[in-house]
This record gives sequence, C-alpha cells and structure tokens, in this order.
Amino acid sequence: MAYSEKVLDHYENPRNVGTFKTDNVDADEVGTGLVGAPACGDVMRLEIRVKDGLIADAKFKTFGCGSAIASSSLATEMIKGMTLDQAAKISNTMIVEELNLPPVKIHCSVLAEDAIKAAIEDYKKKHAK
Amino acid sequence: MSAAKSPIEVVAPEGVQLPIFMDNHSTTAVDLRVVHAMLPFFTNHYGNAASRNHSFGWTAEAAVENARGQIAALLGGDAKEIVFTSGATEANNLAIKGAASFLKKQGNHIITVETEHKSVLDTCKRLQREGFEVTYLPPAKDGLVTPEQIVAAMTDKTILVSIMLANNEVGVVQPVEAIGAAIKARNPKCLFHTDAVQGAGKIPFDVEKAKVDLASVTAHKMYGPKGIGALWVRRKPRVRIDPIIDGGGHERGMRSGTLPVPLIVGFGKAAEIAKAEMADEAVRLEKLRTRLYKGITSKLTETYVNGSMEHRLPGNLNISFAFVEGESLLMALKDVAVSSGSACTSASLEPSYVLRALGVGEELAHTSIRFGLGRFNTDAEVDYVIELVVKSVERLRTLSPLWEMHQDGIDLSTIQWTPH
Repeated sequence: MAYSEKVLDHYENPRNVGTFKTDNVDADEVGTGLVGAPACGDVMRLEIRVKDGLIADAKFKTFGCGSAIASSSLATEMIKGMTLDQAAKISNTMIVEELNLPPVKIHCSVLAEDAIKAAIEDYKKKHAK
Repeated sequence: MSAAKSPIEVVAPEGVQLPIFMDNHSTTAVDLRVVHAMLPFFTNHYGNAASRNHSFGWTAEAAVENARGQIAALLGGDAKEIVFTSGATEANNLAIKGAASFLKKQGNHIITVETEHKSVLDTCKRLQREGFEVTYLPPAKDGLVTPEQIVAAMTDKTILVSIMLANNEVGVVQPVEAIGAAIKARNPKCLFHTDAVQGAGKIPFDVEKAKVDLASVTAHKMYGPKGIGALWVRRKPRVRIDPIIDGGGHERGMRSGTLPVPLIVGFGKAAEIAKAEMADEAVRLEKLRTRLYKGITSKLTETYVNGSMEHRLPGNLNISFAFVEGESLLMALKDVAVSSGSACTSASLEPSYVLRALGVGEELAHTSIRFGLGRFNTDAEVDYVIELVVKSVERLRTLSPLWEMHQDGIDLSTIQWTPH
C-alpha cells in the first residue's frame, strides 16, 4: 500500500512517544486511554497531562500498523494546548484528512479518536469526586 | 514536507543491491537461462503447437513436447501425463472440480486440510454449495496432518483427498508418501490430489512414490515465467476428470485453448534446472535459513517460529515478533520484500487463516513475518536483513504499549480489551 508522506513521517519520526509514569508526573494530572485489542492487531495508549484546564502534554504508545502509529502520533500533537472540551470534539475524519488515510485504514483514525476520548474520560473520572 | 528520514540506519554492505527480494513463496525471478530458452519462441518460432500442416507448427509442437518431458521428469511421471493450464489456481480447480464432476456417481465426499491454498479451499466451498460434502482436517500445532487422521475421515463416499505437498505460508512439508499409501490401502479408487506448487523443484517429490493421481505445479515458483502451470494426471491406471474449459480439445480434451509455447518452453527449462540443481540448492538455502534464524533469534527475545522446523521447505522461515504488528514491521523493512500474516496486509482484514489453523493466537498471528529465501539470495543479503529486522523490531517495541506492559510483568490476558 502506498502511504502518504505524512503517514510515513509520523511513522518514521513519531511525536510524543512514551508515558508519564516514568517522568515522575503527579498521577492526578494524568488521564490514560487504552483502546483496541492485541487480537485485533492494534492497541493504542494515549495519555494526557492536564494543567489549569488545558492539555499541557500528551504521550502515546501504539501497537499497530503504520497508520495506527501515525494516527496516534498526530492525535497527541493535535490535542496539546486544547481544553478537554476542545479535544473531545476531535473527530476521526480530521485525522483521516490530515494523514490522507485510505478507506481501509479509517478504523485507525477511529481508534485514535477513541483513545483521546478515553483519556479525557479517565481524567474526568479521577476528578469527579 | 521533506521525505521522511528513517530513524534506523543500516548500511547495505558492498555487493548488496536494494531492494532485496526475500518473498520467494509469492513468486520467483525468472532464471536467465530460462529467459534465453524462451526468447526464440517469441521471435522466430511463433507457430501454434496445434498447427499440424507446416513447419512453424511442428517446431512449436516439438518444443512443447520437450517441455512436457522436462516437467514430467521433475515429477517422476510421463510426458503424456502433463496437462498445461494457466497456473496452479487453474490446475487446482481442474483437479478438484474435474474429479468431483467425473466421480459424482461414485460418491460426494472430499477431504482436505484447513491450511490448503485458497484455490483449493474456495473450490471445495463451491462444490459444497453444489451438494458435495467436504471435510477440512485441522493440522497439529506444527502444521502436519497424519495419514491416520485422513483415513479416519474417509468414508465409502470419499472420492477425493487433496493435501498439499508444502505450505505457502509456513513451508511445512506434509508426509505425502505415507498419506498416499494410507489412502490407497483404505480405498484404491479414491483419488489423491496434491498441490505441489511450493514443493516441486525444492524438495524430492515423486508421483509414483506418493501414489498421487493428480498433482498441481506452476512455473513461476521455480524460476520460470508467470502464466503457465500444469496438472499432472495419472495415466496408469488412467485417471479421468471432466474439463472445466471446453473448446478445441487441446490437452487430451482436459484443457482446451492454444498453448502459450514460450511460457511452456520456459516452464520446461525451469523444471530441468530445478531437477539438476535441487539437491545443492536445498543445502545452500537451508544454510541461509539457519543463518537468518540464528541471526534474528540470538538478538531478539519473544520471537516464535510458526510451523514445524523439521518438516519444512529449506527456504522458508515464518516468525512471529511478539508485540510488534506485522504491517508496521513490513514498513520498516521497506527495502526488503517479505510478507506478513497480519490482518492489515490482507484484503479481508483477518489475520492469516493458516496460522490460526496451527493454533497461533490472533495476537501473535498479527506479528508474523514470512521470509522466503530463494536461488538468488546471498549471505550478505541475509546479514543485512538480520540487522535491519533486529533494529526495526527493537524500535517498534519501544513504541509498543504491549511490550512495555510485558516488560513490567503485566499479564496481557488479564486486561479488559476493547475489541473493535
């Protein structure tokens, strides 16, 4: 399959790889989304670090095809600096357009959208009490 | 945006030309000796082998008959038993549909294996829709089926057993000689077909020793041209099948259509070379395979070979790299042609059915890579591939949340995943 330059770029040089766990970040500031399944061939873990109502930083790790890695890498870039409400509005079609994903790879973008939403939900759950 | 620069630098050593072809189960390069044999039949000797009344036809016919002999010699059969087809898919279709149609009064039961090529499985599925019953035997974890398993599945209605010689994904070689003997001991009238596409010319195979009635082969898996295959059809005792393509009555009525003489000449030459060089080539390929296997597994943990290592084509290595999705690894190996059992590389978005039939878990099936070593691969190429694979897997594991969890001692089976 011929990938777009942008997919290749994110695949070769993924942004924001890692976890806040090892960075001595206050766990209260972090929300984690873990979506997908090993049996389906893709798992994304996306973490957000929230400060003063804004997503100050984001990190990810992905098991999946090149499009899945690129989608999650792009997602971390997109949400940095956003409020939780803004980030929650990111749709998979924005990722599809930005990366020029072919139809067969649309599910990768859906998974990235799910990962953002799951991370936000996790953060909100922690702070609901 | 500038072209993405690879984060992994592996310099190809001198003498190694990129890209490297290491996907010799999908197809093979045409041997130059084969090309040279073919060329005159495009330029000067372009006659129709069925033309009986001029020298153009006679020359073409003589070349075709010579090729029949070369192919039959590779299989241990007679030249008159070769029926040319467009390839192995057609040969498998002809063998199975042709036998089923001819024998339908004797019975309606066919036996095959879950790991067969799609051209066998889908043909059997079509026959099921037409009223035939098909048993799909599950192989053991190593990919093998046993003669006992096959005989146990045979009934008085069984007209055909179709078992491949060697598998296209995992390279596992079935014990066809023992299988043939067992089938014939149970019922001499039951036909035995083997899809010999991956094995013929690579490992010893003899239609008499294996007691087969029908054997499918194709040129392009043995350094011949694409577009030409053959079904070997036993004459003694005579095996009869119905044609699936009707027309001018070529190939003893079993497959009508003008013969592609240049392709047939190439097929013959390829078979002749394979027969002459098989023994040496197998030794060389197995050494290359061992080098590749040891090079990779000595540097990477959590790698799993799929299928029997003992009963295997010398040039095949199929490995799962746990926690690294196969397609993402193929992207990293962009200068090396290999293939993956990952769902992302298939049109169906399902992981390899062959690996699933071997009991390989879906999560590992997604991480498999098939290396197919062939006549033109070298030690230097293998060394380059080892370094590239090792560095790429290491890099992709640093991106993999599953690898991190595994390193942290988390049992992935205890996690509540969200399948999609």
